[in-house]
Amino acid sequence: MKVLVAVKRVVDYNVKVRVKADGSDVDIANVKMSMNPFDEIAVEEAVRLKEAGKATEIVAVSMGVKQCEETLRTALAMGADRAILVETDAELQPLAVAKLLKEVVAKEQPQLVIVGKQAIDDDSNQTGQMLSALLGWAQGTFASKVDLADASVDVTREVDGGLETVKLKLPAVVTTDLRLNEPRYVKLPNIMAAKKKPLDKTTPADLGVDVTPRLKTLKVAEPAKRSAGVKVASAAELVAKLKNEAKVL
Amino acid sequence: MIYNAPVKDIRFALNALADLPAICALPGNEDCTVELVDAILEEAAKFAEGVLAPTNRAGDAGAKWSPDFSVRSPEGFKEAWQQYVEAGWAGLRAPAEFGGQGLPALVSTAAEEMWCSANLAFSLAPLLTLGAVEAIHHHASEALKAIYLPRMSTGEWTGTMNLTEPQAGSDLAQVRSRAVPAEDGSYRITGQKIFITWGEHDLADNIVHLVLARLPDAPAGVKGISLFIVPKFLVNADGSLGARNDVRCVSLEHKLGIHGSPTAVMSFGDEGGAVGYLVGEPNKGLNYMFTMMNHARLGVGIEGMAVSERAYQKAVEYARERVQSRAVGSPEATGVAIIQHPDIRRMLMTMKAQIEAQRALALYTAAALDRAARHPLPEEKARNQALVNFLIPIVKGWNTEQANEITSMAVQVHGGMGYVEETGVAQYYRDARITAIYEGTTGIQALDLIGRKTASENGVTARALLAEARATADRLAAAGEASLSANLSGAVVEAERCVAFILESFASNPRLAAAGSVPFLKLMGIVLGGWQMGRAGLAALSQQGQEDADADFLNAKLITARFYGEHLLPQVSGLAAAIVEGAESALALPESAF
Repeated sequence: MKVLVAVKRVVDYNVKVRVKADGSDVDIANVKMSMNPFDEIAVEEAVRLKEAGKATEIVAVSMGVKQCEETLRTALAMGADRAILVETDAELQPLAVAKLLKEVVAKEQPQLVIVGKQAIDDDSNQTGQMLSALLGWAQGTFASKVDLADASVDVTREVDGGLETVKLKLPAVVTTDLRLNEPRYVKLPNIMAAKKKPLDKTTPADLGVDVTPRLKTLKVAEPAKRSAGVKVASAAELVAKLKNEAKVL
Repeated sequence: MIYNAPVKDIRFALNALADLPAICALPGNEDCTVELVDAILEEAAKFAEGVLAPTNRAGDAGAKWSPDFSVRSPEGFKEAWQQYVEAGWAGLRAPAEFGGQGLPALVSTAAEEMWCSANLAFSLAPLLTLGAVEAIHHHASEALKAIYLPRMSTGEWTGTMNLTEPQAGSDLAQVRSRAVPAEDGSYRITGQKIFITWGEHDLADNIVHLVLARLPDAPAGVKGISLFIVPKFLVNADGSLGARNDVRCVSLEHKLGIHGSPTAVMSFGDEGGAVGYLVGEPNKGLNYMFTMMNHARLGVGIEGMAVSERAYQKAVEYARERVQSRAVGSPEATGVAIIQHPDIRRMLMTMKAQIEAQRALALYTAAALDRAARHPLPEEKARNQALVNFLIPIVKGWNTEQANEITSMAVQVHGGMGYVEETGVAQYYRDARITAIYEGTTGIQALDLIGRKTASENGVTARALLAEARATADRLAAAGEASLSANLSGAVVEAERCVAFILESFASNPRLAAAGSVPFLKLMGIVLGGWQMGRAGLAALSQQGQEDADADFLNAKLITARFYGEHLLPQVSGLAAAIVEGAESALALPESAF
């Protein structure tokens, strides 16, 4: 079974992001970039499926600037078999990414698509759902367990009330949550081998997709700083403040 | 205790100062590309930060010896070692034909810095294993290589160096361990070795000891020492592990630092003789050891710089969060983070500037090691070998002497909290101390520097390097960096004066040269470090104009280079005065007056 995973290049989770002076966006110049952690979990899951003999081929896909190649090489080093980069300097919003993925899926014909539930840069949490709608496939989002059979997949989902398990007919789209697995440390020989694995490039135009943004960013601002706290003299004063100032009691 | 691998600075030093692309272009390095090295650095950083660094504190509690002669490694080390082996890091520069990746020394040196910063005590196990791999690879028979190298290259088995004996420390001519030929062509080894790093442990299935010992008919002194492989477990013909060999760890030393690394007293032949196999030819053991000395000494220089880096990071972290006293010169009575205080700044800059200079010089040396091994032109090979020979004692001696100062400064930044163990910075201070001692004390490095590396080649390499430093100073002047240029060229003049003095006194009265040998080593470290910081400044200036330039990083590099020029390079004139004029007073007192 062929599995397709999508990986996004984002600002590394350790980086303290800064807003550009003009408030138009986050400043990513010379900032460390890495694979979106949820996508790392997606790649890891695909590799585990392959190691368990359930998947036969893993194709990693990324979209964006040329440097996304590095992110794809990481996916290859983790265990993906080959990679596809949809190269563009344009801003890509979730709907555009879902449309591009749909075209890649049409070419590759995977039985399972695994993507991160969201990217840690824009936290959209939309791509997987949009892709499943565009494809007309079943979706299992926020997966904390994936049990793959020949024609179906059982996905345990992390929902507000606890865990919910759904059985999806294949082909299907699965989006990963944090507890699905813990991605491995990449092995040195695999970094070396990744260099020789195939990485194909295409463009939105080649795939016939219009990626023009549908959403407009009005303003990007840093969260308001927390104001300093005050010491209260007694429990009574605290209760009074909670009632009258914070209005939470 | 968080460790952030300084990947950005390592990458800058690799590309802008050590010319990584040229090293990748050397014959035999075809698989190595700048992009690949980037990927390796990123993953090595993740591994060092995520797997090795968290075990460092637990390692300080030490390894445990048991009366059954076994040693239990500190908590978490065994799991970390397994991960290290599984991830293939043990094979970074191990020979490709035996399962390693055969990557350039330049690349492995960069990764080794991260292992050493993350957990110095742990990092000694792979470092010694690689040293043993190198010795066996270069000097042992094909049969021995086939048995030992595949599993040592992957880290499945570890290696040790058994040189020191109670009466034979820096002077290996005193080695007494004996090797007697057996009928089957192997040897029976008896004797006691001390200070054997990772001599016994539970990380790996087998430990391959490389042991210096004397054959019955061996001449006295250094020309009568042979090298033997003595495995902890004998290896059967099919490669499986056989009987336990007659070698055991009879105790562990109680040390000042690197507690996580078991330092063993090894006893060979208590039951009649440990089975050993001769490496290469008889009586050549010490020569064989010397062939890997350069790598090992570069490695210890990296250790010194790496533990300095870790201590520096800790000091910065503490200085940012510790609020104490109002800002100097401010009317505001509220306390500020101590990083705002000028003297804390001076200390942090002193640490940072030296670490960056040391990193650059160490990687420059590693690149020369690669060129000496693989350059197609014989004259370039020879020139780089001479560079390596000259720079190694400086990198080893200077980096480790300064590691003592830098880690001490990191304690100082913490004030009283640094002196108590709770903050963790004291561990770096204790761990750093050994680096200026083992693999040849600073005194031994300095004698090597003035004798074999300076006097015996009439100062050719020393003067060539100083000429390069002067050219860098000229370029800095042309680029408008007047202060750094003047400081560097002034230091070069002093250094040349000292080279002339060393050459002259070494011939006429070597005791005078020797009295100033350690100051000379430090002086060369400071000047050549300044040369590298000058080159770094020039690179920063030229990169500043480029598209996508990392303005903050390049600006910091330039300011750090200027600081180095104004705070470190002026020390050279004081050292020079002591070297050239101070030898007689150092030696004048009669021994009885001490």
